[in-house]
Amino acid sequence: MSAAVETKDQAHHEDGDHHGHSPFQAHHFETMQQQFDAGKLGIWLFLFTEILMFSGLFCAYLIYRYNHPEVFLYAHKQLDTTMGAINTVVLIVSSLSMAWAVRAAQLSQKKLLVFMLSVTLALAGVFLVIKYFEYTHKFDIGLFTGRSNVMYQLQHPDESDHNRELYDSAIAAEHEEEAEHKEEEAHAVAEAEQEDEHPDEHSDSHASSHGDSHGHGHGGPEQFLDAPRNTQIFFGIYYMMTGLHGFHIVFGMVAIGWLLYRSIRGDFSSEYFGPVDYVGLYWHLVDLIWIYLFPLLYLIRS
Amino acid sequence: MSDHSTNHSDDHEHGLSHVMPLSILFGTFLALLFFTGLTVFLADQHLGEIDIWIALTIATVKAGLVATYFMHLRYDKPINVLLFLFSLGFVALFFGITLLDSEQYQPQIQEYYESTTTVTVTEAPAPAEPAAE
Repeated sequence: MSAAVETKDQAHHEDGDHHGHSPFQAHHFETMQQQFDAGKLGIWLFLFTEILMFSGLFCAYLIYRYNHPEVFLYAHKQLDTTMGAINTVVLIVSSLSMAWAVRAAQLSQKKLLVFMLSVTLALAGVFLVIKYFEYTHKFDIGLFTGRSNVMYQLQHPDESDHNRELYDSAIAAEHEEEAEHKEEEAHAVAEAEQEDEHPDEHSDSHASSHGDSHGHGHGGPEQFLDAPRNTQIFFGIYYMMTGLHGFHIVFGMVAIGWLLYRSIRGDFSSEYFGPVDYVGLYWHLVDLIWIYLFPLLYLIRS
Repeated sequence: MSDHSTNHSDDHEHGLSHVMPLSILFGTFLALLFFTGLTVFLADQHLGEIDIWIALTIATVKAGLVATYFMHLRYDKPINVLLFLFSLGFVALFFGITLLDSEQYQPQIQEYYESTTTVTVTEAPAPAEPAAE
């Protein structure tokens, strides 16, 4: 054992009284430093495979946006920029707390480490909750993937009775709405002379009743009658990209939970903090991918 | 805080790896928040077709900050930085070569679509040029 401590590998590590005695040093590593560096290289290699996996989805996005910019221009309106921005900030804060957790582990600050890991875990949960609200809102108005997407169904009424029904009711609702709108306008013009604010109020209440009822032909699907062709593909790309990212968040929560358990047990110190560092790197990569997803999906304007 | 903190913080020679000073962590954090605000603000400024490039540049600056400081790449072994750049290079190759071929089958796709859809949908006013990407 003592021979291992004196190997050349730790040229700048000569204070190594406790090296080689850590219960966390695997027998096939000569020093803790070697073990740490090997683990670090390993996690980086894993992160590169992650980058390449996500790049497949980014490539799909790139090709489709290049060929069909009108689809992205139309469909991005269904995404809530505020929610996306809040989630971006949530992830940035969680990245800070994770980086701080790594620092705390390196400095053997156990309480701070436990606290920072808890904060990171909680913020990951917040991210998923916000994502859940975004997803369910889209599901409510029929924005699924592929043939289940209400936009696709409106464009393919001959494919099934359901689609036909949807299409007919949407057309009917649109006509009705047009008529209503004309009536309203006439109404508003007549009243405009008396009070200025009224027409605004009127159109506001109209808009909100639009979003609330999702029943067939009652202020729902007809808003998508002007969708460009194949807009459902945008939602396929959106769900795959954010879904795979969300899955990574879930896996990150499992990993952070594991770190939390071990840090409460007191495993980590300046001698041994590799796992905290590795999970931290993974967590930052998940943040890094979101940094690109956010402008690409939510901030499409031209 | 503990007895370790004095001889470990900001010291490259001892400890298993570089310990990031809190000032850098918070500086990075504030810069990330600033750039997030900036990109959201710029998105609604009607900058025209250049806005995607501005947004991607800001995203790349943010990604660079995360990689350099939060992920410690600046203080890491050069081999890890090199591998990181290599993986980005392969991503660029992947995107570039795929883009070369991407319009090859558009006529067939269009034809197929014409024959399977029954409703002619009014196209949304498309921008004159495909807004690259």
